[in-house]
Amino acid sequence: MSQQLGIVVSGSLNKGVEVRLDSTASVEDMAVGRYVTIEGERRRFFGMITDVSLGVIDQQLTQTPPDVSDPFMAEVLAGTSTYGTLHVSPYLTIGGDVANLLEGPQPVKTIPRHFSAVNLASDQDIELVFGKEDKERFWIGNPLDMETKLCLSMENLVERSSGVFGKSGTGKTFFTRQLLIGMLQKGKAVNLIFDMHNEYGWEGRSEEGRKVKALKQLFQEKVAVFTLDEENSRRRGVSTDFVVRIGYDEIEPEDMVLLRQTLNLTEPAVEAVYQMRRHFGKNWLQSTIDLKDSDESKELLDELHIHESTYQNLQRGLATIRRLPFLVPHSPDNPVGRILEYLERGINVVLEFGRYDDVTAYILVANLLTRRIHAQYRERVERAMGEDTAPPHPLVITIEEAHKFLNPGVANQTIFGTIAREMRKYSVTLLVIDQRPSGIDEEVMSQIGTKITFLLDNERDIDSVLAGVSGKSELKSVLAKLASKQQALIFGHAVPMPVTFQPREYGSAESYKAFIPGGEAELRQQTEKDIEELWK
Amino acid sequence: MNTQRVGEVIEASTTDFVAQCYELYQSPPLGSLVKTADSPLELYGIVYHATTTSLEPGRRPIARGKDEASEEAIYQSSPQLLKLLRSEFSALVVGHREGDRLYHYLPPKPARIHGFVYLCSPDEVKEFSQSFDFLNILINTHLPVSVEELVAASLRQMSQVYEDSHTFLVAAGKELAVLVSQFNQLKAILGRIKE
Repeated sequence: MSQQLGIVVSGSLNKGVEVRLDSTASVEDMAVGRYVTIEGERRRFFGMITDVSLGVIDQQLTQTPPDVSDPFMAEVLAGTSTYGTLHVSPYLTIGGDVANLLEGPQPVKTIPRHFSAVNLASDQDIELVFGKEDKERFWIGNPLDMETKLCLSMENLVERSSGVFGKSGTGKTFFTRQLLIGMLQKGKAVNLIFDMHNEYGWEGRSEEGRKVKALKQLFQEKVAVFTLDEENSRRRGVSTDFVVRIGYDEIEPEDMVLLRQTLNLTEPAVEAVYQMRRHFGKNWLQSTIDLKDSDESKELLDELHIHESTYQNLQRGLATIRRLPFLVPHSPDNPVGRILEYLERGINVVLEFGRYDDVTAYILVANLLTRRIHAQYRERVERAMGEDTAPPHPLVITIEEAHKFLNPGVANQTIFGTIAREMRKYSVTLLVIDQRPSGIDEEVMSQIGTKITFLLDNERDIDSVLAGVSGKSELKSVLAKLASKQQALIFGHAVPMPVTFQPREYGSAESYKAFIPGGEAELRQQTEKDIEELWK
Repeated sequence: MNTQRVGEVIEASTTDFVAQCYELYQSPPLGSLVKTADSPLELYGIVYHATTTSLEPGRRPIARGKDEASEEAIYQSSPQLLKLLRSEFSALVVGHREGDRLYHYLPPKPARIHGFVYLCSPDEVKEFSQSFDFLNILINTHLPVSVEELVAASLRQMSQVYEDSHTFLVAAGKELAVLVSQFNQLKAILGRIKE
């Protein structure tokens, strides 16, 4: 039930409104991040509590505090001479007339008038703003301190790139798994997941060490697990669909640029890679490795103006790559083709890295595959536009440790930077998961549509996540006060207004039941029933 | 009606009236609610001051008890004293009634001389104290007694008619907290009305 908290006493559109608490409402019951509704004269406003403070009528009270051990004194002063105030940022408004009601909540362009009543938002209010669970919306959790289901439109989510941020151990992986299930369940996009730590395909582990089911176990038909490390997958009892092998000839100089830091390559060494590519063609990697310490090689290096030390540096780097067991001189199969084939059938692909969870392998493979897949997608979308046929399924590529791909040094060169910037034009978007958002290029960050952030405590990380958001300082205080686990703030493209929430439970038998499509069938039945009711 | 007659108006102005008690020393307690009729109005006042003086302003009473055993004996041996002295009280006008309606502000005319003054019944006190608007009048008047004393006395008197006097006093206290700008003044009043 809604409960009056207080009245609006001052405010501005930019800074939000000040609400004076009624004497019946205790400051201690308030919490930043909670939802309130403000009943204006002609419209209702939805807002979030972003700060709570104390006020006194007479400054003397603070200098010579009254004797609060006297209950009578305390009772009289509460809410009169001393009072609590809330700072509320209004985000949405809904007009009172019919046309406005049909339009639904709109972004605020004004603020409520003086002394408008402020109530805690009810379940119906939340439903009005975020919608009900249906075939487009997926239940992701509950708003803070509320029982209502918070639903997220999966269609909106996949329209733009999205990001899940938070310190390690805050629940990013668990939540990402749910988001992926959501996309899968609602069938709004196919996913390609670069699963660095083997957590999304078959099963993952909770912090307590309990095993939790992942995508393949829940959606046998709709998920394919690819692996780079067959042996490791077999040992973990995962049935894999395809073993990925990558040929040397598939590695491009652009891949080396990305690996510059991890391989410790110098700038000239990276330049040398391009020269080698020009000289040797597609097979440059094998040919460069094969260069012997002979006079011919020396001549070649002189010809290409590559310094001896640069050459040595490059060779050392290439040796590291060569040691990756999934790299073979010639790939027997075409992994990109296979991935695309699955994606085209609407089957989600999880690529497990097995034991090769070091950054070099991850960056190399993710970048290499994504570049080709993106190119293919681009071609298909362009063809579909030209021939006026249906475009391919929207594709969401999930990457972890995103700052390695998207840091300011390389964001311009990697395919992930391009995808983040080009956005949905080619139906490919990213789902980035990262614990150091400050390491991600600003430009890329600004293109991420929906951001879900768990607790962050580094000032720079917080700033980079909130960059460009209106009401940044207010959200900052909300973000800083999140619990260290299982609480997140979501804002951006897919939600009408920011909201802090507690992700849905994941890991128990009941929770799986709620996720698998049986639930969907029930939903459909319910809808049909509702329609029948309507016509009665 | 169960109302007690306590005196008669002998001096009146827009803001207050003075009444003489019929019996010596029988003035109503400080802060109590009294009323006097001025048809068709009924004026309500709060007792803020009471005096007992000699009937003639120039003649002061003299000490008589030197040879008496008790104070009571003085009055017994000089029965004329009861007639030579008089008790008066002053009430601040805080509201009026016209027909069924009660107004917590000043009436259009002052009280009539020789109007009878009654102590209000508990029901009337309850009805009158439904609104705390009268507190504003009390706080903003210059009187021989301090405002804190008067406000506290009147609230103490009124609270006696309530079963749950605590709730009444808290509500009154909250009203005062808004009206009184100086915290020290508020503290003084609250200190005088807490049980």
